[in-house]
Amino acid sequence: MLKTADGVTEQGHVCFDNVQKSYDGETLVVKNLNLDIARGEFLTMLGPSGSGKTTCLMMLAGFESATFGEIRLDGQRIDNVAPHKRGIGMVFQNYALFPHMTVAENLAFPLRVRKMGAADVETRVQRALDMVELSEFGARMPAQLSGGQQQRVAVARALVFEPQLVLMDEPLGALDKNLREQMQYEIKHIHDQLGVTVVYVTHDQTEALTMSNRIAVFNDGKVQQLASPPDLYERPENAFVAAFIGENNKLMGKVEAIDGDTCKVVLDNGDKVTALKVNVGAVGDRTTLSLRPERVVIAPEGSADLDNVFEAEVRELIYLGDHIRTRVKVCGNDEFIVKVPNSSHSPDLARGAKVRIGWITQDCRALDA
Amino acid sequence: MAQADAGNADLMQDASGQMVTADGVPLKQSLKRAERRRKLVALGLVTPLLLFLLVVFIFPIGQMMWRSVDNPQVVNALPLTLEALEGWDGQGLPGEEVYAALASDFRTDMERPRRDQFSGPLGVRLNYELSAARGAVARTVRNVPDFEPPYKEAFLDSHRLWGDVSLWRVIQREGRPLTSAYYVAALDRQFDDDGNIVLRDENRRIYINLYIRTLGLSVAITVLTILLGFPIAYYMSILPMRYSNLLMIFVLLPFWTSLLVRTTAWIVLLQQQGVINESLIAVGIIDDSGRFSLMYNMWGTIIAMTHILLPFMVLPLYSVMRTIPPSYMRAAKSLGATPFTAFRKVYLPQTLPGIGAGAVLVFIISIGYYITPALVGGQSGRMISNEIARHMQQSLNWGLAAALGTILLIGVLVLYWVYNRLVGAQNLKLG
Repeated sequence: MLKTADGVTEQGHVCFDNVQKSYDGETLVVKNLNLDIARGEFLTMLGPSGSGKTTCLMMLAGFESATFGEIRLDGQRIDNVAPHKRGIGMVFQNYALFPHMTVAENLAFPLRVRKMGAADVETRVQRALDMVELSEFGARMPAQLSGGQQQRVAVARALVFEPQLVLMDEPLGALDKNLREQMQYEIKHIHDQLGVTVVYVTHDQTEALTMSNRIAVFNDGKVQQLASPPDLYERPENAFVAAFIGENNKLMGKVEAIDGDTCKVVLDNGDKVTALKVNVGAVGDRTTLSLRPERVVIAPEGSADLDNVFEAEVRELIYLGDHIRTRVKVCGNDEFIVKVPNSSHSPDLARGAKVRIGWITQDCRALDA
Repeated sequence: MAQADAGNADLMQDASGQMVTADGVPLKQSLKRAERRRKLVALGLVTPLLLFLLVVFIFPIGQMMWRSVDNPQVVNALPLTLEALEGWDGQGLPGEEVYAALASDFRTDMERPRRDQFSGPLGVRLNYELSAARGAVARTVRNVPDFEPPYKEAFLDSHRLWGDVSLWRVIQREGRPLTSAYYVAALDRQFDDDGNIVLRDENRRIYINLYIRTLGLSVAITVLTILLGFPIAYYMSILPMRYSNLLMIFVLLPFWTSLLVRTTAWIVLLQQQGVINESLIAVGIIDDSGRFSLMYNMWGTIIAMTHILLPFMVLPLYSVMRTIPPSYMRAAKSLGATPFTAFRKVYLPQTLPGIGAGAVLVFIISIGYYITPALVGGQSGRMISNEIARHMQQSLNWGLAAALGTILLIGVLVLYWVYNRLVGAQNLKLG
């Protein structure tokens, strides 16, 4: 929320205000959601299945009603407005292209129901087809298109009536990996070009990181963290986000002392680590230390610039071309991963070898247990 | 090209350039041999049903069509008479030589063992065309041994019909092995004195009206099953599986009770002193004199048959609707369509294969339905199949029954062809 000069709270384009949702009257699938989405933003709701992200999207689209709370679009309450009056474009997981209409008829559908003139409809449909580079495909039936082409038609159809807000519900889930990556860029470009607000739901973190301005990580019906992709990756605020986004080494321990924004943690095997204090309570509380594999270095004897250096034993080496994924046992953790870059001055490692590994305090984040 | 060559590198070629396998047999031939076993197995699996269908379906239909034109009675009984009649112009009574031939034919027939005599069938056959002809034949055949020339007078003395030109016209017309007379009768037409086909008198026209009524009733029943079946099929398709299965049991319940039991139940419910009328009177909606006639008329047929045929509509509809994801309707609404427009433009067109399949099933079954109209239809609820049954069992005019049945069959085929042109049989979806 942004405060204007006269103290009135100015809201973003879309606003969830204390929204709750329950299907069975016993458990909440969405717990107290507060979310402001700015105009023109690409916001991704990311989370495992059952985390409430799709429910939130469906509430915004109007296909589910909020049990409590308000949803506002441009300051107007929309939670009691019928879906077809909301003017929100939507792309569905299975595309939902009407199988009995041609591609052009599909695109014309939202314009026709708005009683737009035939000539106008035709120009707009053609423009939309051009935008997704399917100019020649207007007369085809959806079933005659490949998955990627159908996806583009679905995107074009959601945009053809020029909505201010477009919702996308795992739109790339059915595509194979290469096509998915290509479509990610295409959707991103369309978003940049048109400046519409996009709310995107996915469980694929790479997709979320690639496309979004901001990502809302959902778990257990709550937004765990709302941040830009770099922030989310580099500065996760709790153990769930750290584990869910990217690869992550976990070390469990207890806070021994707090010193400004760092803290000393005693690990369960007795080793002591200095970590960045992010999300810990008082001294004596349990904590999870989060450490990205690429921020751990193999430290030769005598290198002094690392804050934490430990003795480790190499358990497994996996060659991945640009780096070598090395699993080591350190601080009592058997599953500790180190990414060793495949460069000329990287040390030669062998299974069973004893090495020293280390990291700086800034890269080791003390989070909730 | 290079790739194709590489692909065939494992194959050898014989002198003429044909592809051969490792043992020198041409590739095509050995492929055929490998396929032959599979084809034989497939044929073996299909043959029993094919034979069964041939014996109990194709053959009887062929028999029926044959019977509708088969006309052996006159030819068998009166070979000499027909020969003598060849020169007759149809005006005035035929001459003495024809009567003499007739006497000779009848005498020959009397000499045959009784069960092989042709005069019985002849009388029945002529009676279809001219009432009282049966009596004339029966009486005359008995007297023929005593006849003396001139035969003409003897015949005229025996029965007045032998002096009626129209009987001789019938004999001449039907003295051929194939006849169109049954079709003429089935279409409410008859031959006039000049041998032209004309409509029967208004009060003797039965069948065309009956065909039209059968068609109308079938359409009404089909439309009613669509109206009643569509909502329930839709509801079942959006329910979770276990509830929809329960509902499905209720829909299928009619299949599990005997048709006769169900029809009897309808009689209990619908008759003048039945449950519906008594309830309406008890509630005070109608008084005693205003009882509805819900059965032994058209309404009885429509109500009972709609109930009986409803599952045939619900099942294909349900199976089609189950495959339509809810996201289509959602997509339509998100694109700005009102729920009604979304239903009409997006949902309904996708259920058309189911509606089509259900409609064809219900329509074709009901157009030939017999037992329910017979039990609850009364006079105005009778359908063409009841008339066919009457000719099979009571009037024993099998030729007419066959002609009526063949017309019904052709009508159904024509309607199916029209349907195929409009909707396309490949769009049928039976589950």
